[in-house]
Amino acid sequence: MIRPLAEWYDLRDIGNAVGALLEQIEDWGAPEWVPYVVSGVIGVLAILLWTVISVLAFIWIERRVVGLMQNRIGPNRVGPSGLLQPVADALKLLFKEPVTTHNADRVLFWLAPVVIFIPTIVVFAVIPFGERMVLADLNVGVLFLIAIGSINTIAVFMAGWSSNNKYALIGAMRTIAMLISYELIQVLVLLAAVLFAGSMRLGDIVAWQQDYGVWLLFLQPLGLLGYVIAGAVEMNRSPTDIAEAESEIVAGYHTEYGGIKFGFFYQAEYLAGFAIAAVIVTLYMGGWTLWGVEEWVPGWLIFLAKLYGVFFIYIWSRGTLPRLRIDQLMAFAWKFLLPLALVNVLVVGGEMLLWQEADLSSGEALPLFGVINALLAVALIGGWAWFLGQLRPERVAHRAILTQEVGAIYYGEAAADL
Amino acid sequence: MARRPRTSDGRYQSAECRVPSARCSNLLRRAGAKRLMDDTGTIIAFWVLAAITVGAALGVVAVRNLIHAVVFLILSFVGVAGLYITLSADFVAVTQILIYAGAVSVLILFAIVLTPRGDRGNQETFLRLPALLLALLVAFTLGYVAIDTNWAISDRKGFEETASVIGEALLDKYVLPFEIASVLLLVAMLGAIVLVRPEATMEETGE
Repeated sequence: MIRPLAEWYDLRDIGNAVGALLEQIEDWGAPEWVPYVVSGVIGVLAILLWTVISVLAFIWIERRVVGLMQNRIGPNRVGPSGLLQPVADALKLLFKEPVTTHNADRVLFWLAPVVIFIPTIVVFAVIPFGERMVLADLNVGVLFLIAIGSINTIAVFMAGWSSNNKYALIGAMRTIAMLISYELIQVLVLLAAVLFAGSMRLGDIVAWQQDYGVWLLFLQPLGLLGYVIAGAVEMNRSPTDIAEAESEIVAGYHTEYGGIKFGFFYQAEYLAGFAIAAVIVTLYMGGWTLWGVEEWVPGWLIFLAKLYGVFFIYIWSRGTLPRLRIDQLMAFAWKFLLPLALVNVLVVGGEMLLWQEADLSSGEALPLFGVINALLAVALIGGWAWFLGQLRPERVAHRAILTQEVGAIYYGEAAADL
Repeated sequence: MARRPRTSDGRYQSAECRVPSARCSNLLRRAGAKRLMDDTGTIIAFWVLAAITVGAALGVVAVRNLIHAVVFLILSFVGVAGLYITLSADFVAVTQILIYAGAVSVLILFAIVLTPRGDRGNQETFLRLPALLLALLVAFTLGYVAIDTNWAISDRKGFEETASVIGEALLDKYVLPFEIASVLLLVAMLGAIVLVRPEATMEETGE
């Protein structure tokens, strides 16, 4: 699948330049570990640079866009159109005094912002930004994504527990309860995607979608929906940000954090958002491919465009949807998404078996599966919602009865009795 | 049943190295194909990871604070995962992080936080001496076995890909134990649900 190295100046894939550099180093007679280390350092630096720039840009974009959605202007004072606002914010966070609360667990309190940064940045190692632009194309890439995502929980718990603050602890407990529930959904929907592609290597999944000229999102609408929701929960953004719901528990697990330590949490949250968007793009939207356009436009530009597009949907939902309650969110995971994800895995397994046993060509099989899965998604979502609605005990709304004995005001049925 | 070849109608097949030319561009894969435990990097990684794992494990038993102990335990789990990577067991390594560092330790954290006085740390216990003796006995036995065994040194190369091999083994040769394990887990889950149900509901169903 991977074409041989093109010339180094072929910047449709920056991997070409890096590959040429590595070959050059090898030709100089360096030991084998030198290009290995050099490629690692280049990859890490490139990813860090990209994340810093993207986070700074999106802090501004998100504040402006959410401002527009909420009928206000947003930051517009620092620099042209407020473009330098993120820089000012970052400087402010850097110079703030780092306060540690009384009786806080000092070691864990300092460690938590650092630890939360590791998994969020490590995720990008397996994401293929372009054909050759992947730092470590692990053959268990999808599992790696889920495993690394589960480490976040511990850092959040460390932050919440060590703060010695009940709101922080409640936020941490909420995060754990939520992430455990939605991790299950993630595993199940990604399993269905992996079943289709036949590989857990992210590069292979992109190549599969390129080969058949179809995005997995058309074959897996239900899976995509489940992953988008589970991803929103994992990245802790507004419709599902009950771990830091400011109207309920101040700021959740990072209530006591200020200065650059808070900045770390803030940036880690953005990076988690980018990571989820990158996974959605890679698994469900063809990664860096776009039906042949990648021959002319650099694949990494296509990838980034898709990534920012998906991330914009999350900003949009943050600007428009109200926050869910924790019981609603948990019930939604266990009662609604989990059964649907299980059925989805079963259906995909059956389809793959059919594909193998009935010797269908891909031209016949994939459109068939696409139609079946789309209809099934609609039927399952509608049907299951209807079924759950049937189960719900009927509640008749009464108006509150303020006083009965003292007898000043009567409402509702009590008033009718008079 | 043998695995059917999947190339008949041009379906995607994940080859080990999909580069037409002789050189494989992915350095990680090339490093994995070398004989294991031979190059300096792997040896350094092994000793560093071993030090982290053992040091963190010592920390688990040495620190007083239970939450700190769990954090050390997680570090130890991650170190073990790293050791698996030096053995080219990628699937097991990632599963180690997912199950142990991500799930088991979170359950332990839950248990500690939901237990009253959990954050006060480890209390003294009168079983100190017996526990020490037992631990020494176990350590002695393990150490003796490790030294006494004539360890065979494998000459094989690193695995290219372990996930598919493990998957086929689980669903082909060992399908019965696999299914029995899943039924066992289901029973455990149902048991937990029955245990935490409110009493009133149980009486209602009993009548």
